[in-house]
Amino acid sequence: MNRMSWFNTVSLSLGFAFLYIPMIILVIFSFNESKLVTVWAGFSTKWYGELMQNEAFLNAAWVTIKVAVFSSTIATVLGTMAAYVLVRGGRFFGRTLFSGMIYAPLVMPEVITGLSLLLLFIGIGLDRGVFTIVLAHTTFAMCYVSVVVSSRLVTFDKSLEEAALDLGCSPAEAFRLVTLPIIAPAVISGWLLAFTLSLDDLVIASFTSGPAATTLPIKIFSAVRLGVSPEINALSTIMIAIVTVGVITASLVTKHQMVRQKRDEQAAART
Amino acid sequence: MRRFALIAIPYLWLLALFLVPFAIVLKISLSDVALARPPYAPQFDWATGIWAFLSDLDFENFVWLTQDDLYWKAYLSSLQIAFFSTLLTLLVGYPMAYGMARAPEEWRATLMMLVILPFWTSFLIRVYAWMGILSNEGFLNQALLWLGVINEPLMILNTNTAVYIGIVYTYLPFMILPIYAALERMDVSLIEAAEDLGCSRLSAFWLVTIPLSKSGIIAGCFLVFIPTLGEFVIPSLLGGSDTLMIGKVLWEEFFSNRDWPVASAVAVVLLLLLIVPIVLFQRNQQKQEEAEP
Repeated sequence: MNRMSWFNTVSLSLGFAFLYIPMIILVIFSFNESKLVTVWAGFSTKWYGELMQNEAFLNAAWVTIKVAVFSSTIATVLGTMAAYVLVRGGRFFGRTLFSGMIYAPLVMPEVITGLSLLLLFIGIGLDRGVFTIVLAHTTFAMCYVSVVVSSRLVTFDKSLEEAALDLGCSPAEAFRLVTLPIIAPAVISGWLLAFTLSLDDLVIASFTSGPAATTLPIKIFSAVRLGVSPEINALSTIMIAIVTVGVITASLVTKHQMVRQKRDEQAAART
Repeated sequence: MRRFALIAIPYLWLLALFLVPFAIVLKISLSDVALARPPYAPQFDWATGIWAFLSDLDFENFVWLTQDDLYWKAYLSSLQIAFFSTLLTLLVGYPMAYGMARAPEEWRATLMMLVILPFWTSFLIRVYAWMGILSNEGFLNQALLWLGVINEPLMILNTNTAVYIGIVYTYLPFMILPIYAALERMDVSLIEAAEDLGCSRLSAFWLVTIPLSKSGIIAGCFLVFIPTLGEFVIPSLLGGSDTLMIGKVLWEEFFSNRDWPVASAVAVVLLLLLIVPIVLFQRNQQKQEEAEP
């Protein structure tokens, strides 16, 4: 079946139109001269200029990036540890509870996660700010990282680690020299996932942030509640552009890696 | 020793920041509102002992949830919206996943990326994009007026219709990806065999393709249904004042009414509602993993 049937072609074109037209309209109207977002009045980049002048947005963007970098990095370390424990750790006391706590945050409604963390922070008298958002984001992001990393750990051959141990590596060396290079792509995509989840999060950040720390989604949400504005369109366009470049680069890199890996495997098979 | 640290660090982190907070929610849901900071009573106090503390807890807030019809209406309407939007997402997503799985092999990676790309784009922005389209003077109304389909703008934004559109739009990738994965694994020669044996194309689809993609359909439906049930952003941006969803009620109870005990009780009940679909989802995933070699 090499040719597509007309039904498949139609459903794919309609589906992708549905997925992309809203974003394309958003991007086009970020270049609109008029303040009215739905009437085209000529090309202009003035909203981007205004965005760059908007201190509140720039501050919020800076807070968001700080939170995302810290939380995704800590989450990657903790999530990789958790994945390793789950896949290679064998039995230990409370293993079921542990794996339950890894999977539960993935399906927990954000309002509940946010509420419960806020009540904890207030209960122990922690001032809400960047630090508390980092704690909150790390907690749910580490679960995503751990799922991504453990799916890679499951598929790779344990005997490679055992061989390294037999050849005199310490467990730490075996992890660093054998395991880590193999699971590295999963760790990196886990980090990226944690980073975007943190960048994107509105609900949990609203609960766990204080007046001193406003993240970009919180800022966007309060602006958007009042209606559509060209400045938000400009901001959205910048964010869409960053994500698009990031995703395309990442997919080209993995494709390249897969090709190289295949070549290595073939070379190994020949020798 | 090293193994102990490896287990203990993530374990303790999750205990402290996932399980303990949840225990606090449970505890506060059983407390009373108080004009204090924090605004609930009783506070745990080592001096009076744990029994005095426990005897002050009661189920008042849960009784309150059953008495005020706002809450059970919100739960019912959340379930209804989640159910129908899951169905709609399946109707839109299945043909797309099917088309992708039957597309020439060299296109599939690109099509896959086109589905994943919106998933990486900010959720908030994707919901926001619809505000400009669905509003009274928005693009959809402009287009319909221009085509002469309608004479005056339709009110779509701030209604449940907008909420459905928003949910289908934002959760579509969650539906497409598992179904696509199931369909792509499928052996196409099975369809040919069914047709050789006298099935029409439609009945081959119904009798062979659908059952073989069942695990993907189930996974996709749960991946849409579960998060939709507690959804907050979509109903608050696209929905109207009459759109009742429990995530929104919880948010307002907490931030506007500052009634922490009731907000906590709402959260506990929402979680109870979610347990059944979550357990079913886990079981489906396990079955799928066992089925694979």
